[in-house]
Amino acid sequence: MSGCSDCHARGSATLIEFPTSPAAPKAVALIGPPNSGKTTLFNRLTGLRQKVANFPGVTVEQHSGIAMLPDGRAVRIIDLPGVYSLNARSEDEQVAYDVLTGRREDTPKPEAILLVLDSTNLQRHLMLAAPILSLGVPTLIILNMADDLRKRGGRLDLKALAAQLGAPVALVSARQGEGLDEVVDFLAGAMPKPAPKELPVLQDVPKCRQWAGQVGTRARYRPPVAPKWTRRLDSVLLHPAAGPLVFLAVVVLVFQTMFSYATPLHDGLQWLFDISGNWVAKALGPSLLTSLVIDGVWKGVGSVIVFLPQVLLLFLFVGILEDSGYLARAALIADRTMAKVGLQGKSFIPLLSAYACAVPAIMATRTIENKRDRFATIMIAPFMTCSARLAPYTLIILAFIPNRRVLGVFLSTQTAAMLGLYILGFVAAVVTARILKSSILKSGSTPFLLEMPSYRWPTLQSLGMRLLDRAVVFLRRAGTVILLVTVVLWVLAHVPFSHGRPAPIESSVAASIGHAIEPAIKPLGFNWKIGIGLITSLAARETIVSTLGSIYGMEGDEHNAGLQQALHHDLSPGGAVALLVFFAFAMQCISTIAVVRRETGGWKWPALQFAYMSFLAYAGAFVAFHVLG
Amino acid sequence: MQLSGNSRLGERFDASLQDLRRGEAAVLDRIDLPGDDARRLMEMGFLPGTTVTAGLSAPGGDPRVFQVDGSEIALRRETARRVKVRMAK
Repeated sequence: MSGCSDCHARGSATLIEFPTSPAAPKAVALIGPPNSGKTTLFNRLTGLRQKVANFPGVTVEQHSGIAMLPDGRAVRIIDLPGVYSLNARSEDEQVAYDVLTGRREDTPKPEAILLVLDSTNLQRHLMLAAPILSLGVPTLIILNMADDLRKRGGRLDLKALAAQLGAPVALVSARQGEGLDEVVDFLAGAMPKPAPKELPVLQDVPKCRQWAGQVGTRARYRPPVAPKWTRRLDSVLLHPAAGPLVFLAVVVLVFQTMFSYATPLHDGLQWLFDISGNWVAKALGPSLLTSLVIDGVWKGVGSVIVFLPQVLLLFLFVGILEDSGYLARAALIADRTMAKVGLQGKSFIPLLSAYACAVPAIMATRTIENKRDRFATIMIAPFMTCSARLAPYTLIILAFIPNRRVLGVFLSTQTAAMLGLYILGFVAAVVTARILKSSILKSGSTPFLLEMPSYRWPTLQSLGMRLLDRAVVFLRRAGTVILLVTVVLWVLAHVPFSHGRPAPIESSVAASIGHAIEPAIKPLGFNWKIGIGLITSLAARETIVSTLGSIYGMEGDEHNAGLQQALHHDLSPGGAVALLVFFAFAMQCISTIAVVRRETGGWKWPALQFAYMSFLAYAGAFVAFHVLG
Repeated sequence: MQLSGNSRLGERFDASLQDLRRGEAAVLDRIDLPGDDARRLMEMGFLPGTTVTAGLSAPGGDPRVFQVDGSEIALRRETARRVKVRMAK
């Protein structure tokens, strides 16, 4: 029960009389503007009974879940993307419109709509009520953030608002779980069609705003006072001097977490996979099947799952930053720097986290609403030097670059080489972003708009749901695409069998492919052995180290001096530099390809990206070999 | 045509949101952007006749946050320049 005097809240959702015990709807759409707390409400209603998928053919993610009514009936809730209007100018708006009007074959036409609006900014948000009510679908208007409204002295007459809109209205605080009964009552009830007193011409934005203003006035809406804490925090966090310092501290913390704090977890998981694999291998006894299960399936899937801590830690950060409202401020501060390469402030955090791993980084680009900016960010993220590149980099640098001091105590030649590779990847990213943003992903004059939400405490439930959601999306790939690819690569490295035993790697199909591509990679200074490594490292970049290890019959470890020594037989110094350049540019990572396919809704972008990065890798390695060779 | 409305308020020829300093307010006159872009801004609250107040900004003053219709929306300089205003005291 809300405490504000003008809210005749009890039973406001049941304002319009209806007959008893109607059938529950099969599907209900949840829609609202960005920052209306729609996702929090969705989590409250559906809990863990959620599914996430992509709407086929588009890049919009579809969240749906089951809400249980008190009498045991189930209602499917479809969470639509956050939109300000239904004008179908963006993909999000198009999908929302198509779902609401039953034009998408993959989604049932919703029998009712839950429209979530921010009660602290009611009059602007009410503009969305006009196109929604005009659909003629039973609608519950949910005024969210009731606690905020109350605390800041805002109020309204719910009965009068419901009468104006001709639809039931519920005052809710999804964060606090307040008023949810009314939502459930609506879902369980008869749900009459809306009968608003009047609706504006939908195409006319000023008229819509005027209508929303009138409705608000007639409902005696008193807007809340400006949020005091948001103003206070912004005066520090957007302060010309203090603001950038806080921003820098956040950036360092994210970077440090992704790199240092996630590493022990990553290594721990790796260790668990290794010993459990060995244990299972012992139990099964040596056989071909054991090798397939352990070296193919177990290690392959394990090589993806070990990145889970990084994915979860990144999304914990993104979750805290986004839910608290700081992400918008960080984007504001980073915007001018990012604008120089044609991107925008919201690209910054994903690109930063790509230094640890491109996979979570690409998943994190969902915070970028502008589709072109988002795609450009996805396209350049794999150029950032991810942690998987460190293994081949370390092996080759230790093997070929003598450790000498340059710049006194500050820098050794080996460190300088590593730093150079980081810079190389960064430059490739910047140049690519510029090319993309001035050609196929040009934004034109589309204005950059960034709403600054009020600061709020992130809730554990919301953070937990977000982590669970991302973990499921990430692990589902490990179980499908990656599993298939690692099994195929295992087969290539083990067939043909002779006397029921797998071939040694140098006479396997992989080796034949290595020999077959040798003419193509010879201009880069690579022979067929390196060729095998390039093929197996398609699964993941670090795989080349263990592959070379098994070719030379040694422990596949980048710090192994014997392996470093053996490499000198197959690589000239020029070839070594060429291999470094190749790894800096090439998209040698199935996980990244799979995640790009998912996030862009098709094969077009990952195919383009793979072709572009492979071309760059080949050309770069060619130049490096011939200049230095 | 640029000199619209109440010239008593001492408005400048062709003033835009970009000319506002922190804390200054003005009444929105028109948006010099193509239809869809202007509508996007209008949906966020940038409607003719609305009072817009300039707020804090990123270091260097770009982008800047504007308080409009109960929300805080950041605009880049290139966009703020296209939103024409009548200066209000």
